[in-house]
Amino acid sequence: MKKIFGRPRSMTDKPFHYCPGCGHGIVHRLIGEVIDELGIQDRTIGVPPVGCAVIMYHYFNIDMTEAAHGRTPAVATGIKRVHPDKVVFTYQGDGDLAAIGTGEIIHAANRGERITTIFVNNTVYGMTGGQMAPTTLLSQKTTTTPLGRDARLIGYPIKISEMLAITDGSIYIERVAVNKPANIIKAKKAIKKAFQVQLEDKGFSMVEVLSQCPVNLAMTPQKAAEWIDNTLIKTYPLGVIKDKSG
Amino acid sequence: MTEKVLMSGNGAVGEAAIQAGCRHYFGYPITPQNELTAYMAERLGELGGVFIQSESELAAINMVFGASAAGARAMTSSSSPGISLKQEGISYIAGAELPCVIVNVMRAGPGLGDITPSQADYFQAVKGGGHGDYRLITIGPASVQELYDWTARAFYLADKYRNPVMILGDGFLGQMMEPLEIRKIKELKLPPKTWALTGAKGRRANIIRTLMLKVGELEEHNKKIQNKYRRIEKELVEYEAVLTDDAEIILVAYGMCARICKESVFLLRKEGIKAGLIRPITLWPYPSAIIRKISNNVRYVLTVEMSAGQMVEDVKLAVLGRCPVYFYGRMGGGVPTSEEIVNRIKELEVQRHKGTKKKE
Repeated sequence: MKKIFGRPRSMTDKPFHYCPGCGHGIVHRLIGEVIDELGIQDRTIGVPPVGCAVIMYHYFNIDMTEAAHGRTPAVATGIKRVHPDKVVFTYQGDGDLAAIGTGEIIHAANRGERITTIFVNNTVYGMTGGQMAPTTLLSQKTTTTPLGRDARLIGYPIKISEMLAITDGSIYIERVAVNKPANIIKAKKAIKKAFQVQLEDKGFSMVEVLSQCPVNLAMTPQKAAEWIDNTLIKTYPLGVIKDKSG
Repeated sequence: MTEKVLMSGNGAVGEAAIQAGCRHYFGYPITPQNELTAYMAERLGELGGVFIQSESELAAINMVFGASAAGARAMTSSSSPGISLKQEGISYIAGAELPCVIVNVMRAGPGLGDITPSQADYFQAVKGGGHGDYRLITIGPASVQELYDWTARAFYLADKYRNPVMILGDGFLGQMMEPLEIRKIKELKLPPKTWALTGAKGRRANIIRTLMLKVGELEEHNKKIQNKYRRIEKELVEYEAVLTDDAEIILVAYGMCARICKESVFLLRKEGIKAGLIRPITLWPYPSAIIRKISNNVRYVLTVEMSAGQMVEDVKLAVLGRCPVYFYGRMGGGVPTSEEIVNRIKELEVQRHKGTKKKE
């Protein structure tokens, strides 16, 4: 019988540790499929974040290194400048990239670092137990915004992709979601494109992935997926934000 | 043939790094080490290396982390407040056992302080500085030539032990100019960096990590790096001894302070006071053994530092009560003169003379 579906070669057979309904497993798999399809497994180097995805190196058959919280783009910069012929990607959550690491990501993008960033935005700190993220929506309840995020006290949801798009060094930025099959297919296309921009040595590329964290959003997996469609994309609309790759 | 030039301490560090094969420098400007950053920009530009003026010290040290993880000889430099910012990354680099060279051209603190020379980052350099149990190999050169020689050797030591090495200078040393011999660097052969991230072509994937969640795993890792530190303590201690054979009084000082103390020793000898000097060159590992040995034969030890007294604690630990340990220090950019040190010794002599009389 002909095998038509299986695990990407660039991934291991270790089961994910993620909670039921979490988007990380889907995003990991998409990255694995893209690495396979581009044939770059033996020259890809990944830098996972601090947070829920910190041990993602267990799930990939590629060279990887940890980085301190938020410093992922700086570590990736060091690697890429030593190995300009390798494919270097970072994987960051909303706390990692949009709070403690804002400086690193803005300047990596602005330098036009030839790296690809996968930015997983689920509007909440998962690993530390559901605190507010810079991307948390107005009125959204978290353990540190128990009455809902109040703009007067703590400001507004930060739109990182739009911010990075105004840097001249960024080439391709798209926002996608992994809450339903149609969006997942689009997400994979975007991730592939982002890697291709790097392979063509054009500059910084990033895909922001709206993802679900049912546990910390206090929703069922299905409700969390629906919440992305009904609520989250009103603040973070999907689609290409910048494409200068052509 | 060796080339002889007139060069600043900061420039000497830069040239030594280039000669040692460092082609990746990441840094952020801060006085009094800016000449080094500029030197690296110029030389790495000529050589087609990588120079990045990062957006912050945090980014710089983490770029070093990445470059080192990728297998390159990487360096960063800064001065005291900037080194404080780098401590996060230094802890990660030490935890991941990555080799690199970090230069601290110390200035006076705490806080923004002043741009004048100081030795007040000793604790931070030799006791850890960042979080967790770790050590930096720390070198305290005392001349432009030593800055050159030790920076070059630092890259070798970093690779040999897979450990960050800190060159601990000060604003005086960094900015003064002295004749320098650009010596050819000879190194023993090092094993290939099979652990480096180069893309997993034809081998299993390499993972560099400091997170160890399995029960007991982190303790084992810590034991392993502590064993490495014990090995470094056995293999690497270096110091200079000046007129210690017949000395009755020993000065202990490092870096610029030691140069000033050397002059004091000669002045004291002229007056018939048998003084000598121990100058630790490696500040970690510390030359405790020689200080301990000598403390059996001298009346007392005087430690001199440009700080409120930091290294003096290591001197006391080495002496362990065998003889009194006194301290003379200047802070906040104050630099002791050889006369001040001589006067301090004379004071101590008078005090001790009185003390002896009372006992009688």
